Amino acid sequence: MENPYLPHTDSEIKEMLEEIGVSSISELYQRAVGKHDDIDLKIPEAVCEYDLLRDFKELSEKNINFQEYAIYLGAGIYNHFIPSALLELANRGEFLTAYTPYQPEVSQGTLQALFEYQTMICELTKMEVANSSMYDGASALAEATIMAYSLNGRNEILVSKTVHPEYREVIKTYARGKKLKVIEIEFDEETGSTDFEDLKRKLSSNTSCVVVQYPNFFGVIENLKELRELIPEDLIYIVSANPIALGILEPPGNFGADIVVGEGQVLGNPAYFGGPGFGFFATKEKYLRKMPGRLIGQTIDVDGKRGFVMTFQTREQHIRRSKATSNICSNHAHNAVMAAIYLSLLGKKGIKEVANLSLQKAHYLAEKLDRLEHFQLKFSGPFFNEFVVETDLNWDKVNKYLLEQKIIGPFKLSKFYKTLDGSALFCVTETNRREDIEFLVGRLGAISSEIDI
Amino acid sequence: MKLIFEKSKDGRTGYSLPKLDVPEKPIEEMIPESLIRKEEAELPQVYETEVVRHYTNLSRLNHAVDVGFYPLGSCTMKYNPKVNEKISKFDGFAYIHPYQPEETVQGALEIMYNLQILLCEITGMDYMTLQPAAGAHGELTGMSIIKKYHEDRGDFNRNKVLVPDSAHGTNPASAAMCGFEVIELKSTEQGLIDLEELKKNLDENTAAVMLTNPNTLGLYEKDIDTITRLAHEAGALLYYDGANLNAIMGKVRPGDMGFDVVHLNLHKTFSTPHGMGGPGSGPVGVKAFLKDYLPIPVVEQDEKGFYYFNYDLPKSIGKVRSFYGNFGVFVKAYAYILFMGKSGLKKASELAVLNANYLRSKISKFLKIASDIVCMHEFVVDGSEFKKYGVKTLDVAKRLLDYGYHPPTVYFPLIVPEALMIEPTETETKETLDGFAETLEKILKEAEKSSELLKNAPHNTYVRRLDEARAVKNPILRWKVDV
Amino acid sequence: MKKYSKTHEWVEVDGKIATIGISNHAQEELGDVVFVELPEIGKEVKKGEVLCSVESVKAASDIYAPLTGKVIEVNTELDTTPEIINQDAEGKGWIAKLEFTDESELDDLMSEEEYKKFVEQH
Repeated sequence: MENPYLPHTDSEIKEMLEEIGVSSISELYQRAVGKHDDIDLKIPEAVCEYDLLRDFKELSEKNINFQEYAIYLGAGIYNHFIPSALLELANRGEFLTAYTPYQPEVSQGTLQALFEYQTMICELTKMEVANSSMYDGASALAEATIMAYSLNGRNEILVSKTVHPEYREVIKTYARGKKLKVIEIEFDEETGSTDFEDLKRKLSSNTSCVVVQYPNFFGVIENLKELRELIPEDLIYIVSANPIALGILEPPGNFGADIVVGEGQVLGNPAYFGGPGFGFFATKEKYLRKMPGRLIGQTIDVDGKRGFVMTFQTREQHIRRSKATSNICSNHAHNAVMAAIYLSLLGKKGIKEVANLSLQKAHYLAEKLDRLEHFQLKFSGPFFNEFVVETDLNWDKVNKYLLEQKIIGPFKLSKFYKTLDGSALFCVTETNRREDIEFLVGRLGAISSEIDI
Repeated sequence: MKLIFEKSKDGRTGYSLPKLDVPEKPIEEMIPESLIRKEEAELPQVYETEVVRHYTNLSRLNHAVDVGFYPLGSCTMKYNPKVNEKISKFDGFAYIHPYQPEETVQGALEIMYNLQILLCEITGMDYMTLQPAAGAHGELTGMSIIKKYHEDRGDFNRNKVLVPDSAHGTNPASAAMCGFEVIELKSTEQGLIDLEELKKNLDENTAAVMLTNPNTLGLYEKDIDTITRLAHEAGALLYYDGANLNAIMGKVRPGDMGFDVVHLNLHKTFSTPHGMGGPGSGPVGVKAFLKDYLPIPVVEQDEKGFYYFNYDLPKSIGKVRSFYGNFGVFVKAYAYILFMGKSGLKKASELAVLNANYLRSKISKFLKIASDIVCMHEFVVDGSEFKKYGVKTLDVAKRLLDYGYHPPTVYFPLIVPEALMIEPTETETKETLDGFAETLEKILKEAEKSSELLKNAPHNTYVRRLDEARAVKNPILRWKVDV
Repeated sequence: MKKYSKTHEWVEVDGKIATIGISNHAQEELGDVVFVELPEIGKEVKKGEVLCSVESVKAASDIYAPLTGKVIEVNTELDTTPEIINQDAEGKGWIAKLEFTDESELDDLMSEEEYKKFVEQH
């Protein structure tokens, strides 16, 4: 079958083989590999582009997507509006098909865009330096705990149970390599925030860092100020933050956080079933040399013209090998550039507005739900755009019913928290319209007559 | 070019958001005063046209596969088909949530399930996880699996990993992150594994041997059966770095060579775009005896044909990232495999090897090739030839920029002096290869005539050689109002 | 009198105190030095152990202790002006002073003549 990506004509192949001095490709392989038989791979034969598109369209339609359904699911991945200009720009081949900017003279587009990105992350978090991206929020957080260990050599990581459960799992995986101990801090059942008393009890001379999430997994806004007062100065204070929330919440840098990380998907990246988004990673300048990941810096060329380069590369695996600060090589640069474009479009007013819209609408829904029979808010702590609702009904049945109404319902917390069996986490963003919210409230209000309790 | 911040003007906006359609409450009623942001983030205020022009013009400062030849060794800069981009953006792929009920994402799970199977078939492995986000992340996953496997068998002394001196830097770095001590194996003159050196270092403390085959010099380790046998006899496992898989599809398989754990780079062999450095995807394949150690969840299918996530792997290393991996990348790689088909994949490998050997032959007429063995998908030039003119490989690389080429990987592998590592890939024409070889020869002549021309290169690029020392000594890592 | 190690450090002994730096040859090989990770004062090292590291843009080079002893002084000028190593590696670009314990270890080091030959051969 014809293949549009392979340019070789038969006569060219012949010429090329002659140049090499072999009679056939098969002979070339025999020489390079030694005696072997080709493998009859159990893979179907090629399809044409038209069929490929149709087949994948069909596959995509086996999924329910939230362009067509209303969604109240968050828990780490969020449906914020993505401007069309961003999606078009992100498509440019010069961004998509370039690699790591190893040759800065022909990579200034990448380098400047990532330098702008680093600046924006510093601004949102109020930290001094940010790298040019990590894989995702969870691995960024795990790397932060490893960095804390390399800074102070202590082997206990204290993590609040209000940190995303999957992120905590990733911390544990990374910790095993360095034989670090992960100790979890309970949450306050009343407020839904980290239990300060439990934190105090678990702090020890072996504690390397304290990890919290802002807002936390339950949507509750942890009091970073009071936490700072509890955490001794010589420990590394790590905050995993939602960057959209930072449009309206006081940034962790202003509370003395040492490392701020988070999932950047919210900044203009489609959900993609959980990836690729990207992780952001920011810290204080004094810790620069212990940071993982690529850093872009400003300099000048031989003519004195401003330009950008990858810098502080001696931290990285291609130079330090087994002594590198991390093994990370490829990162999520394209997603980070999408975030830079998103934040350029939104600007200082827009980020605040997205955050405020999400906050206002979430509180609107929360209050309405709290007034319904069978439903009440679980926690009393302040929240941003997610909140936990408790019911005496069966969430599986509720969600199944909602799905029939073209609504993707909330996240059932029993998946991760056995003690929160009757609770689910709702998420609201600027994309949830009032009429849709009213419709949801209406359906839940009438639910006892709709489902079999 | 100005930074986007330098184009900012108070009052300009580049967005159009839904309006607030619920009664507005004062923020102070919802958030404690001390946690409300006081000072706005200093983000640029620009309108949409400006943003579009800014990033369009920035993009034009990049070299890319879509712009020209990009023979960056070990990176497999092949053409990234446009149809895959289009497919990946379908609403049913881009706008689905990882916590949606399984019955609402059967299409996504089907893709993951089938991709797992296809990648197993291509590599000769039994099970595959798609979770790792990139090659190095795959290495971390694979080495964690190996560590846990030994420990579960009560074998706590296997704390060493053997890595050849020609290996990618990620190999030793990943092994070290898993707590292993890394022992570097010296290669032979030709750049292959030295069997004596291997035997000498294999013992009851060896947890694994990490290899890539073909190796970073583009050479196939013909002794691979002996190598894997020796390692297994010593009780070690074999790890395969799949960065260099592009030469072997339908030809040989790491699983058949005796490897126990394999990672792949979907952004290399399987044509998903490199995106300025990512996102990639680094699936990890294992032999059946290691299945229970894979990260959770893996995608499985029940007897009714229903796809589901299996979290029940009691020995699992846990999770290496959130959710299930870079699904958006899976879609593109799956589309690529189906579009190419069985014969197309094999042909791609064959033409990659043909292109590499053709270019190698052309270049060998005027420059020294690091090894005289027939290469696979890439080869390494020993650039010391240029030294007699006082010119370094870096200067040659910079001069190539003037001619519109992205230079090869330089100064890697570390065992070749002044190395230029060239990987043309199968999607390049003979004319392109001829043109590149001619240019390289021309640059050699230029070096002879005037080394200054090379030492001051590039001359035609948007910026010229940049002061990297200054960037470290006087770090400017972000824009500030007054800088 | 200056002595040299195979790993390209130089040593100048004054009584019980040895001043240590990297050789001019090492400096040339490394290129523009951009960072020196100085050892901590009071650090005790054995001969052959990593004392500290010197970085250029594209390389990080470990500096090995040529003698066993305790660090008593470091060249803090290198914190702000690491390029002194490029300008005067075997003089103002010294890195640390060691109070050394085993005089016999000096015998394992090379003289300037021997080091010159060593460099030519390698």
